[in-house]
Amino acid sequence: MSKKTSQKIAFIVFRLLGCLVVGILLWILGFIIYNGIGVINWEFLTSAPEDGMTSGGIFPAIVGTLCLIVGSIIFAFPLGVMSGIYTNEYAGNGYIVKFIRIMTNNLSGIPSIVFGLFGMALFVNTFGFGDSILAGSLTLGLLILPLIIRTTEEALKAIPNTYRTGSMALGASKLQTIRKVVLPMAFPNIITGLILSIGRVSGETAPILFTVAAYFLPKLPSGIFDQVMALPYHLYVIATSGTDIEASRPIAYGTALVLISIVLIVNLLAAFLRKYFARKVK
Amino acid sequence: MENELKAGIRKFFERIVKAILALSGGITSFVILLIIIFLFKEGIGLFKSPVVEKGYVLCVHASNPIKQLTPYQIKQIYDGEITEWEVGKLIVPFRFEEIFSLYSDEELGEDYSLLTEKLGEVVAADSNMIAFIPEQYAPSNQPDIKILPTENITFADFFGGKEWMPTSLPAPQFGVLPLILGTLWVSFFAILIALPLGLGVAVYLSELASEPVRKILKPAIELLAGIPSVVYGFFGLVVIVPLIQRVFDLPVGETAFAGSLILAIMALPTIITIAEDAMRNTPKTMREASFGVGATHWQTIYRVVIPYASSGIGTAVVLGIGRAIGETMAVLMVTGNAAVMPHSLFEPVRTIPATIAAELGEAPTGGAHYQSLFMLGCILFIITMMISISAEIFNRKQQNKGV
Repeated sequence: MSKKTSQKIAFIVFRLLGCLVVGILLWILGFIIYNGIGVINWEFLTSAPEDGMTSGGIFPAIVGTLCLIVGSIIFAFPLGVMSGIYTNEYAGNGYIVKFIRIMTNNLSGIPSIVFGLFGMALFVNTFGFGDSILAGSLTLGLLILPLIIRTTEEALKAIPNTYRTGSMALGASKLQTIRKVVLPMAFPNIITGLILSIGRVSGETAPILFTVAAYFLPKLPSGIFDQVMALPYHLYVIATSGTDIEASRPIAYGTALVLISIVLIVNLLAAFLRKYFARKVK
Repeated sequence: MENELKAGIRKFFERIVKAILALSGGITSFVILLIIIFLFKEGIGLFKSPVVEKGYVLCVHASNPIKQLTPYQIKQIYDGEITEWEVGKLIVPFRFEEIFSLYSDEELGEDYSLLTEKLGEVVAADSNMIAFIPEQYAPSNQPDIKILPTENITFADFFGGKEWMPTSLPAPQFGVLPLILGTLWVSFFAILIALPLGLGVAVYLSELASEPVRKILKPAIELLAGIPSVVYGFFGLVVIVPLIQRVFDLPVGETAFAGSLILAIMALPTIITIAEDAMRNTPKTMREASFGVGATHWQTIYRVVIPYASSGIGTAVVLGIGRAIGETMAVLMVTGNAAVMPHSLFEPVRTIPATIAAELGEAPTGGAHYQSLFMLGCILFIITMMISISAEIFNRKQQNKGV
């Protein structure tokens, strides 16, 4: 076989593989959208589940997921951004930074179920929060910390050093430089991390299994020590252990579609912001 | 004077901010430390738990030479798999509840005050009997009866045991081998599927795809990474599982293979992104040198680009494995969750994360079952730490090449 033909064959194979991956994505998305779109309407989004979760809507689960998003971000976003600022602006390039980076990487590699175990041992049992929005938000917050730290660091790294030295030359202190020059410029990209973590929080199931999620709870939470339903756990429940799995299938498709829509919107927003940011820095 | 004071206050303020920032810089290390402490504190407790159900003891006749039994032996005795103490001496297993069919409530006395005595009589009457009874009713001061000393669960019971039956009586079985093998089995085949696919796509993206195609493919892959695992699990449950059942003509579709397929799809984005990154970073001079000596594009790819990116590909594989081993919900939903030693790809298996997710809700807090699940968490934690570290090593190798 000549080297030209082997190249041709190899390249055809690679193109097919590329198509295959897109095909898989379209298959999954198409399947969920096709089956779920008919279920989604205003009532589905705004009413509670009924008849053993075989009819009605998913409103309590949506509210629960919103609570968890807000809770985990209030906790993790400031902490993550500060951590990112420290490693990129203050810590220099020594062993401490290397150690911190390795630890951040390690934390992001820990499986979500281990976060669930940890959250249960620390927040639910040791601190005595019980199964609550607080315990769930803290657990999820730890899970998204590495993501926020990393996006913050990358956003800061993208700011050319000339801006920093310029500001310093005008007599500004380091903190002033960071506050008035670096952070405002890096802001849109830091927000990208925030948005991506919304996607992550709304989809994670394992960490909330034992820290907050309620099997069935049609009323809305009244405080941070209440349990809530959450979209991903709700999907898991009605897909595997509901009272009548066949009858609740449409609801499951609807819930899956809502989850996927959140991810789609979040990714689009993040992509848009990144483009906006790239233009601004130029 | 006033200016100096102001400058002093500002300096002080800046120092405080720096200290706060430094503290938050250490947050991830602190969290990891906490995770280690809490996981291991609960997990290690398992090895301080007795082999029989808490609050119960095993009694035998005093003439019985037996000194101690492993959890697995106890289970086999009560399941009728071990039937003789020695040749010719048939074991008579006795459970506490059976006493109520031998004696009426009146015979057992008011508030069961005679229960201990009657239990003693039953055990003393048969030299081949082994009785499983609550500690508070144990006939401890009868000379004819020997109460077996309560041993603790050992490392060997846990890591060498082949049965996972945490709620079995009298002795719960915490053998972790089937779960570890199940996890490795499912993840191994997932990577076997995802690796060629992922590398192919990475080559395509970094070498062949035109800019517009890349602009479509990259976000598509990011999306694939963003889909929640429970949605993958649901998709697997309603599409992949029935498909496998039909195609391979199986009694159930919830198999290790279904888990591997779903995990392969989930590991793809990780593998593709990292491998592509490494390939794109191949220095232009190396490619041009290869073209210069007459190599085709394809030859350049597999003789220059792929070897150059090998460490990056290593990182990709290792992180892909990490993703697969730790994945919980999708696997829980499609693998059937039978805690048996895996023999084929087309049987139900159960992984470590799925076991934790499925059982922690029912395990009473602080009990042996609860602790065993934390021990599983420790195993997962150690595996993923090793994966993170080896990824780090590969990554450093790749970066050193760039210099």
